[in-house]
Amino acid sequence: MTATTLLLTVLLLSVAGFVLGRRRAFTVADARGGIRSLHSLPGHYGLYTAIWVGLPALLLLFLWQSVEPSILTELVARDLSAEVLELPPERVGLIMNDVKNLVAGNIVSGEISPEIRTAADHWERLESGFRWSRTILIAALAILGFVWARRFISPDLRARNRVEGVVRVTLIACSTIAIFTTVGIVLSVLFESIRFFQAVPITEFLFGLEWSPQIAIRADQVGGSGAFGAVPLFTGTLLIAGIAMLVAAPIGLMTAIYLAEYAPRHVRTVAKPLLEILAGIPTVVYGFFAALTVAPLIREFGESVGMNVASESALAAGLVMGVMIIPFVSSLSDDVINAVPQAMRDGAYALGATKSETTRQVIIPAALPGIVGGLLLATSRAIGETMIVVMAAGLAANLTGNPLEAVTTVTVQIVTLLVGDQEFDSPKTLAAFALSLVLFLVTLVLNVIALQVVKKYREQYE
Amino acid sequence: MESSVMKRERPSSEQELSNTPVKRKAASAAMSEARSGEIPKETIGDISHPDPVMVCRGVNVFYADKQAIFDVDLDIGRNQVISMIGPSGCGKSTFLRCLNRMNDTIDIARVTGSISLDGTDIYDRKLDVVPLRARVGMVFQKPNPFPKSIYENVAYGPRIHGLARDKVELDEIVHSSLERAGLLKEVKDRLEQPGTGLSGGQQQRLCIARAIAVSPEVILMDEPCSALDPIATARIEDLIDELKENYTICIVTHSMQQAARVSQRTAYFHLGYLVEVDETDKIFTNPSHKLTEDYITGRFG
Repeated sequence: MTATTLLLTVLLLSVAGFVLGRRRAFTVADARGGIRSLHSLPGHYGLYTAIWVGLPALLLLFLWQSVEPSILTELVARDLSAEVLELPPERVGLIMNDVKNLVAGNIVSGEISPEIRTAADHWERLESGFRWSRTILIAALAILGFVWARRFISPDLRARNRVEGVVRVTLIACSTIAIFTTVGIVLSVLFESIRFFQAVPITEFLFGLEWSPQIAIRADQVGGSGAFGAVPLFTGTLLIAGIAMLVAAPIGLMTAIYLAEYAPRHVRTVAKPLLEILAGIPTVVYGFFAALTVAPLIREFGESVGMNVASESALAAGLVMGVMIIPFVSSLSDDVINAVPQAMRDGAYALGATKSETTRQVIIPAALPGIVGGLLLATSRAIGETMIVVMAAGLAANLTGNPLEAVTTVTVQIVTLLVGDQEFDSPKTLAAFALSLVLFLVTLVLNVIALQVVKKYREQYE
Repeated sequence: MESSVMKRERPSSEQELSNTPVKRKAASAAMSEARSGEIPKETIGDISHPDPVMVCRGVNVFYADKQAIFDVDLDIGRNQVISMIGPSGCGKSTFLRCLNRMNDTIDIARVTGSISLDGTDIYDRKLDVVPLRARVGMVFQKPNPFPKSIYENVAYGPRIHGLARDKVELDEIVHSSLERAGLLKEVKDRLEQPGTGLSGGQQQRLCIARAIAVSPEVILMDEPCSALDPIATARIEDLIDELKENYTICIVTHSMQQAARVSQRTAYFHLGYLVEVDETDKIFTNPSHKLTEDYITGRFG
């Protein structure tokens, strides 16, 4: 049986276990004077049986699948001739690859030697043997689980607590997946960054004022200066994110206030979904809107008043990015403003406060923690945004605070460093990981600062 | 708001009455109805007061198409406490909220008839609600201090109405308001701490201090003690008794003992109608209408 059929079989057996376990619960209950003598619902006994049938078998299947290939490789490789085994490990690996390809019926590199043919036959024999033993073992385990569970079913068995326990463990396992993924990402970025910092000193990376990640691969190449100063990238990122927040924060916040406090109900029901459409536009579309419409407009306007504006300017990217994150700010702020109890508004109105006084002095302070949270989310979104800046901000790593010049951002550089065929031992490629690491740390620090601010200035109601 | 919508259809005999603007005059018929347990055509007892602060005539309130208050006439006497009692949903809170136009904040609410404060129609189109609400303050069922410091809570009203010229005057107003609300002794060392950190009873007295800081003429109280324990309730009741020296107080309450203890006049509402209004002693010892009697003797409500 293939792994998929086996999986389905185990699941079917598990369902059968549920039905039988439930029936068994009724039987033992009748002997004790009815269903009320059971500790748990009959369904719990069914689930208890199903778990015993399914869970150990599935775990074994999972384990088997993960170790089988390496055991097979090991066994087949051991029987190869001595001269092959003396080759360096990479060559042995290549030969084993040929064996596997031959088994799978794929195209094999070069001539098929009799030795490889024998090894492939050996592999196939072993594999079919493994398949049989796998099927038998797993079926046996499922049946054993059933017998085990059935023996234990009695009115005193606390099946509900057992089932709830399994549910709890399953939920914990699911939630740890996200955490481990984060840890994994951080670690992988960290290790590659360490490799980068072995090639380029960390101080040069953090404080260097020039970014030019071209490295000569061969000695006779020219044009690769290889400067890895990240300061221009981070100033560019902050410049664009700053412009975006200058656009999005006031407009988004005032939109939220209008929607939550002033807008009649019918306006709100139409306007809110419309705003959220803005959040649904793919960033690529925003990108070419910025590059093809906004940037030329800004340049023409700048030239008409006699200023020198780059055709790819930080201003264009920042403005469009700001428009993109308006819905984030407005939607989140709208929710927290709505969550402020009506009693607060009544209290202020009853004192004779006007609508704007109530909003400014009572509602906004009460909603502040949520609003700051929303702004923060928008900021990290702005810092991490890639597509708009790739298209509209340019690639030139200018160290400047002038929004009319072309700048580049951290994310843009990560993209350009990693797109296409790359060698993963040159500092040029590894620089992308170091940039990611610093970007991650910057957003982390921003988050921590904002949390502290919120904690200090929060005004609690209730 | 517990009072908002009428649950039952009005008695059919009242149908044409509320639809026509004709005033109810037939006083003689009222007494014969009084014993029958039906809603009387005209409010029983004396709706007028020799020295009224507020005069309400023919007040109707609608929530969208539902009518919640039917043709209520009532005078609110100066420097006395008038309590409004009645079963849930009878419209007493709705009526109270008409008195400082708090119903304006509800989109679907509509008020007709006339309510005047010292002779000025408060529903006049030209009238601004901001000064009105400074003159008619309100305390709510659940204490709702702002998420600000105790000082800021009390100073809020004077600030928005520009009642204090400088910090010294503002301090003076805050202290005297807290004093009059009987809270100063307990909080004078922690005026900068959040008002939400006080106990429920203290919070409610803070809300009263906040209301009197703008020197209103009338204070509306919507079940001010229903979220408080008996000791805190007793303190608020004592406070109401003291405050009536300087203020007129309208209190909505579900506790008949409270109405009897704190008020001089009592109005009994039933299904949106003002059934009976009289001296509190009279209402609680010798009610004229069967509905009032049934309610205060605990037969329903």
